[in-house]
Amino acid sequence: MIHIKELHKSYITGTNSLHVLKGIDLSIASGEFVSIMGSSGSGKSTLLNILGILDNYDKGNYRLDGNLIAKMSEKKAAAFRNQLIGFVFQSFNLISFKNALENVALPLYYQKVSRRKRNLIAMEYLDKMGLAEWAHHMPNELSGGQKQRVAIARALISKPKVILADEPTGALDTQTSYEVMDILKEVNGQGITILIVTHEHDIAAMTNRIIRLRDGVIAEDIRNGEVKKMKEMAFAAAN
Amino acid sequence: MFDRDRWQEIFDTLKKNKMRTFFTALGVFWGIFMLIALLGSGEGLRKGVSSGMGDMATNSMFMWTQRTTMPFKGFPRGRFYNFNNGDTKAMIDNITGIEYIAPRIQGYSQEGNNNVVRGERTGAFTIQGDYPAYNLIDPMNINQGRFINDNDIEQTRKVAVIGKRVQEEMFKPEENPIGEYLRINGVYFQIVGVVSSRKNDNEAIRDNQSIYLPFTTVQKTYNYGDIVGWYSITAKKGFSVSDIETQAKALMRKRHSIDPADTRAVGSFNVENQFQKMTRLFAGIAGLIWIVGIGTLLAGVIGISNIMLVVIKERTKEIGIQRAIGASPGTIISQIITESVFLTTFAGYFGLVAGVGAIELVNNIIKKMGDSAGMFKDPSVSFHVAVSALIILIIAGVIAGIIPARKAVKIKPIEALRYE
Repeated sequence: MIHIKELHKSYITGTNSLHVLKGIDLSIASGEFVSIMGSSGSGKSTLLNILGILDNYDKGNYRLDGNLIAKMSEKKAAAFRNQLIGFVFQSFNLISFKNALENVALPLYYQKVSRRKRNLIAMEYLDKMGLAEWAHHMPNELSGGQKQRVAIARALISKPKVILADEPTGALDTQTSYEVMDILKEVNGQGITILIVTHEHDIAAMTNRIIRLRDGVIAEDIRNGEVKKMKEMAFAAAN
Repeated sequence: MFDRDRWQEIFDTLKKNKMRTFFTALGVFWGIFMLIALLGSGEGLRKGVSSGMGDMATNSMFMWTQRTTMPFKGFPRGRFYNFNNGDTKAMIDNITGIEYIAPRIQGYSQEGNNNVVRGERTGAFTIQGDYPAYNLIDPMNINQGRFINDNDIEQTRKVAVIGKRVQEEMFKPEENPIGEYLRINGVYFQIVGVVSSRKNDNEAIRDNQSIYLPFTTVQKTYNYGDIVGWYSITAKKGFSVSDIETQAKALMRKRHSIDPADTRAVGSFNVENQFQKMTRLFAGIAGLIWIVGIGTLLAGVIGISNIMLVVIKERTKEIGIQRAIGASPGTIISQIITESVFLTTFAGYFGLVAGVGAIELVNNIIKKMGDSAGMFKDPSVSFHVAVSALIILIIAGVIAGIIPARKAVKIKPIEALRYE
């Protein structure tokens, strides 16, 4: 699903060049549930932005579902984002003056689906999230967990191949975080690849694969069985 | 373009920011309102001053006698002289380009005394001796009957044309003055017509308070011999009335033994000159109005541009979200432009309506005040000026939208999302 080879990315600010990603090789198969961890400045957000076609890269190559994602027009990038990728953000990023239903239906608006049809589909997705009765509430009338569920419904409505989640539980309490993770697991169960950026170990532990970034390179790449062991080690170290 | 979501987006944004919307709209509203009000007032002023001149031919001049200021051929300075019938003939024979020449004379009247009598009613009115041509040079409305004609002149008939005010003073409202008699300075005249002025103010009052008699009758009846009071002359098409004025004055100096250098002995007034001065004045005023009006409009447009920039700044995050979930740059640009065009058109339209409304209001007040409004009459704005102002505004709205829209699309979605 995702194939990255020798990916480099620098940010140039004035005369200074900040080399953020220093050659990343990464393959993620269809249907994986992956978390990316790393301290701040390790390049995890930059990687996610490149994966989400929100930012471009300097060197290497990136294939998403067989398509080479290189310098492309913003219009084409928007179409890729719309069809292949669903975004879930830490701060939910719902549009404040649209109600839950309209927020969920928005990606279909950009696909020129008729209003009646997209509202019908959006209602279906809200129902799956258990939010049918909140459909006509504005975002500021919803709790954090509800907002994130609306955002997930919005990410799912365009039937993406990949869900990219940037700290999806960062603004939620533990109870709600677990609920959101349960939903994501369920979505993953339907075969959708999920990538989450997080710095919480318990959240990362719920995924099948953890990729740890350090100073712009992959420091660790741990798969499912090993995760539990690592968790115990971390627990032991804490004591 | 007419997608419900697009419009919902626009209304929501505008509604959510009532204050901002209000002030932006106010800027454009005020700009177009001022433009319309200024143009309307300029037009009103022009019409007011023009109507003060009535329908007086713009190629006309007036000439009268004054005292000489130089001794000549043994005559002392400070001498009085009169024009006479011979002068009329001499001008017709010697000066080319004269269209109409109307000698006039003021009838005998004892200052301040009632000179006109009908039964028990009396009044003091100006008596004018006129040729038919006078009504072609400085036309009046003929309410009833006719003006003086050639037969009246040839046969020195004792007929009279009276001004509107004379009718009101000397007749009951239900009486028909035509065919009735007035005793004017002791002589009976039969009324053949009633006229009213097309001018404003003092000139109109004077016209309406006059009685017009055949020129020849006045000369004979009141013992003027062949004296002419003054002349009204118009030029034919293609001839300058200023040239005719110079020639006529030179001819008069020659015929009345006046020093050719004595410019003050023959008085004259040239409507052509006045009219040109006035035309230049109005061109100046119109130019000024346009400069000020367009300046005001421009200020409104710049205001809109500025506001749109601020709007984009405020909506950076929202635009980032839209792009992350697949909105193309085209969608976002057209959204922003539609918004600014909508706001400009809406506010501009109201400015237009309010401006026209204000002009109509002033118009009504002026009409209620009647003739006394003087320099200001019937202010109006032509339809195509109003519409083109609105079109300029809409185009300005598009331009005002494009700059911030391009800026909005240049923001990378990630930067927009990072923006808290």
